Amino acid sequence: MAQDIWVLGTHMTAFGRYPDQDAVDLAAAAALGALDDGGVTITDMDLLSCGTLFQANAGMGQQVQKQIGQTGIPVYNVSNACATGATALRTVIMAIRAGEADMGLAIGVEQMGKMGLLAGGARKEKNVYEPSGRYGAVMPIDGILGTDTMPGVFAQAGMEYANDNDGVGFEQFAKVAQKNHAHSTLNPLAQYQKEFSLEEVMGSPMQSYPNTLLMCCPTGDGAAACVLVGEERFASLSPEQQARAVKISASVLTTDPYVESGAMQPDVNTLTRNAAQAAYEQAGVGPEDLSLVELHDCFATAELIHYDNLGLCEPGGAGDFIDRGAPWRDGDTPVNVSGGLISKGHPIGATGVANVYEVTTHLRGEAGDRQIEGANVGLAHVIGLGSSCGVHILEKSGIS
Amino acid sequence: MQIPLVDYLVLGDEPHLQANECTNCGARFFGRRNACAHCGHREFKPVRVSDTGTLRTFSIVYRAAPTIPTPYVSAIVLTDDGTSVRSNLINIEPDPSKITLGMKVKLDTYVVGTDDDGQEAVAFGYAPV
Repeated sequence: MAQDIWVLGTHMTAFGRYPDQDAVDLAAAAALGALDDGGVTITDMDLLSCGTLFQANAGMGQQVQKQIGQTGIPVYNVSNACATGATALRTVIMAIRAGEADMGLAIGVEQMGKMGLLAGGARKEKNVYEPSGRYGAVMPIDGILGTDTMPGVFAQAGMEYANDNDGVGFEQFAKVAQKNHAHSTLNPLAQYQKEFSLEEVMGSPMQSYPNTLLMCCPTGDGAAACVLVGEERFASLSPEQQARAVKISASVLTTDPYVESGAMQPDVNTLTRNAAQAAYEQAGVGPEDLSLVELHDCFATAELIHYDNLGLCEPGGAGDFIDRGAPWRDGDTPVNVSGGLISKGHPIGATGVANVYEVTTHLRGEAGDRQIEGANVGLAHVIGLGSSCGVHILEKSGIS
Repeated sequence: MQIPLVDYLVLGDEPHLQANECTNCGARFFGRRNACAHCGHREFKPVRVSDTGTLRTFSIVYRAAPTIPTPYVSAIVLTDDGTSVRSNLINIEPDPSKITLGMKVKLDTYVVGTDDDGQEAVAFGYAPV
């Protein structure tokens, strides 16, 4: 059996807009915060993994080293769409499990500014048609052969679930966003901290039916970091450090296996189900044991289907799950008490580390106004189109 | 002079879609594959895809890149021979109350643009039956 891995220190910047800082500044702030939080320094680190998507070729990890300490340790710069942060974490976890490191630093960072709509291509006005690309297209096909836009792709994923299950429609999806906006009012690190009524959510400008503006995550800037340690080194740490550490009882990364429709509509379900099942087996817990879940609500339609994919509700029961308030912070299984991507924000590379920060903070009992009382097990989930899914299950240390 | 928007749309008297079908497991793909993503087999044959199907899922897209006319209805259609196809719904109001999941649809083609040489690009979509 591979050795246990612990989150020793963690930190995230508030998500938002940082016109006066660059991604290196944000990543360095998160990294130093995590080191301080764990009571260690960069000289204790055996490796560094840094995840970022839009600056994937920038050598971000090495740039961070120039800011916080060039100790010559190996750096792995990783990129895996919206699962980038989870991939950075897993890179350190695998290195520790492989015996190549005792302690490592995982960073996720993104500076997006106001990028606006992601994916979906413009059309040229005048040209001469010549087939090009893998499908011999004579012009960009977005908007002619369906949509490439993220709000639309995830809308279709939600509407497919509505097609297969009763009691799911526009209102159920909107309730997800209502919840996450409400939750974010308790999180000072959230990009937006404003409550909206269900009517306001449903009445905000339609982006891609059934996702309105308030049901879509914003673009933004931010970073998060975790110091991870293997059990051998953990045993030599102080009682104070051990007591605040949180155990990673499952760490899983999956990709999308073949399904008939997958080339036309990305299948965000099967890889999430596979990751969740593997994670529950690794951790020896079930969905009923979870005190809180941070899942990938890039759009409200996505969160609803992941209730089912992660086994939080009865099969087919995601509509009922939100209707009865189960994922609210006072419900059966609190989901996205941080405000989620929809309101906390989604600086892509940072997201998969920030949700581990959030769960860790609750398990330590240090989440302030948004603390889920008595939290002892939590799950963090991200999905990146293409596709990759990361699931981490974390447990309170039990050491006092 | 006409040219298909994509190479898997076959024009002529009976415009239709053509897929590459794995000769081992029958999985279908638009565009070329080196080996089957389902079973790993390396031989494919071209097959004609059924023109009729049902609406599997959709979204009404209001926000897109500036040159793309909105709103439009993006859809995934499951053809009667079991192939998923992504395209727009056409000849239908972009109104959720007018669009029913599972509704019957049929392939249709239309001219989507003309280039500087007067060549017409032909696209396909699915219209209610």
